[in-house]
Order: sequence, then C-alpha cells, then structure tokens
Amino acid sequence: MVEWSENERSIISNIFSNLDYNDIGPKALVRCLIVYPWTQRYFTSFGNLYNAEAISTNPKVAAHGIKVLHGLDRALKNMDNIKATYAELSVLHSEKLHVDPDNFKLLSDCLTIVVAGKLGSAFTPEIQATFQKFLAVVVSALGKQYH
Amino acid sequence: MTSLSAKDKNTVKTFWAKVAGKEEQIGCDAVSRMLTVYPQTKTYFSHWKDLRPGSAPVRKHGATVMAAVTDAVSKIDDLTGALLSLSGLHAFTLRVDPANFKVLSHNLLVVLSTMFPDDFSPEVHVAVDKFLAAVALALSEKYR
Repeated sequence: MVEWSENERSIISNIFSNLDYNDIGPKALVRCLIVYPWTQRYFTSFGNLYNAEAISTNPKVAAHGIKVLHGLDRALKNMDNIKATYAELSVLHSEKLHVDPDNFKLLSDCLTIVVAGKLGSAFTPEIQATFQKFLAVVVSALGKQYH
Repeated sequence: MTSLSAKDKNTVKTFWAKVAGKEEQIGCDAVSRMLTVYPQTKTYFSHWKDLRPGSAPVRKHGATVMAAVTDAVSKIDDLTGALLSLSGLHAFTLRVDPANFKVLSHNLLVVLSTMFPDDFSPEVHVAVDKFLAAVALALSEKYR
C-alpha cells in the first residue's frame, strides 16, 4: 500500500482545490495530442485533429480533457486505496477503450507540465515530487487490470 | 524517433533566444528537480558535499549542463558531431545510464514551462522535446 505523509496529502489537496478543471483539463489533453501525436489514435470520432490549431480549438477534446481530469477526483477522495478505486476504470480502459497503458504516463507528464506552467515558481521541486508520485500511483492503478 | 525537421530546428532556435541569459537559473532548477523528484539520480553525485536544491555544486553543474545544451542548439544541424567528445565522457568516464537523459530532459521541460508559460506552447514543447531526445541520442553514441 502506498504511504502518504501529512505533508504530501496537504500538497495534493492544495493543488487540486486551486485547480481550474475547465482550463487545465483541456490544456493537458491538447498538449498530449500535439506532443505525442500517436495518442490521437483513440480519438478518431472527435473530428478535426489535423493540426495544433484544430486540436486546440476542438470542443470534443476540451470536454474530454475536463472529464479525464475529474477522473483524478476519485484518487483524491481515496488516497489510501487508489488501486481498488481505479479497478473499474482500469477494466474500462483495457477491455472497452483498448488504450495502451504507456499512454497514461504521457498524459500525466503533460498534466505535470501544464500545472507547472500555471503555478510557476510555486511549483517547487518538493511539490513536483509529490504531484508526480500521486500521478504515478494513479497511472499504476489504471494499468493493474490489464491482462 | 524522427529526426528534426527544418520547422523543429527553427522553433527550438527561436525559443532558445528567449532563454538567453537565464541558462544558469534554468540549469540549476532542472538539476535540483531531478535530484528531488528522482532520488535515484543522486547516486551519480555521491562525491558532492551538498545535494540540496540550489546548493553550490547543483548550481555549478546546472550551469555546465545548460551551457552544453545551448551549444547544441547552435550546432543543431550536426548534433552527433557536436556531442562526440561529451558522448565519450558519458560513455567511458561517467557511465551514466542513458535512461537518465530522459529524466533530466523531463525536468528541463518542467522548468521551461514554469519560467515561460506563455511561450512554451504545445508546438514549442514538442519541438524542444524532440531536440532533447536527439541530444540524448547523440550523447549515447559511444556507449556500445
């Protein structure tokens, strides 16, 4: 089981309570689709993803970015049992969505960079370490039910 | 991995002009983050007295690394040639596991994002990421 110190819990809680999901969610997914273009393979039904401009203004991408970011709320509410919390979503991503779990890390790296851009120097090395630890645990949980 | 297009090179050079003057700060911050967020990287610096973020050896090393990356930008058309001796150094003397190049690159991207939030767009991000991957590849040339 993953251990969280009081300090780590407070850091994570602070980041998310000050996060504008409607801004950060879309930005993270847009960045992922541009920086790692092969990830577009999962979004063929989203319409125009032909270039960075199209991706950045695509309303389906924006909506989905918000949805995915809210997916992290589950971990926030269940920090002591993230693995079990994501079992269902892991099955979904594996059996129904057929997402290569390597992609979870790509999106999580983009989210880190977007949050870093938002917080600037307030995103200290210590806060970055805690945020990345949190995302790594979620990513691991999402990959657990693949077989 | 793909090679750098003319557009990629241009994007990197244009962005790097904005970075000018802040290399030491960027390098120091990137190395500080690497040591904090990926503690396994500290194993390469057991000879340093102080591994804390912003310490003297961290600052100095950050400056060294960033100077080399900035030099690579100016020689972006032949990274293999430009990084030949540094590749030898990393392969035979330092023997840094090449997986760590990705780790430092990631932290450099994080720093650039914190310092240039308006300029570090997704398009700039992908070009710089490709460039750093190309640098890492050139650095790995002499490993085996």
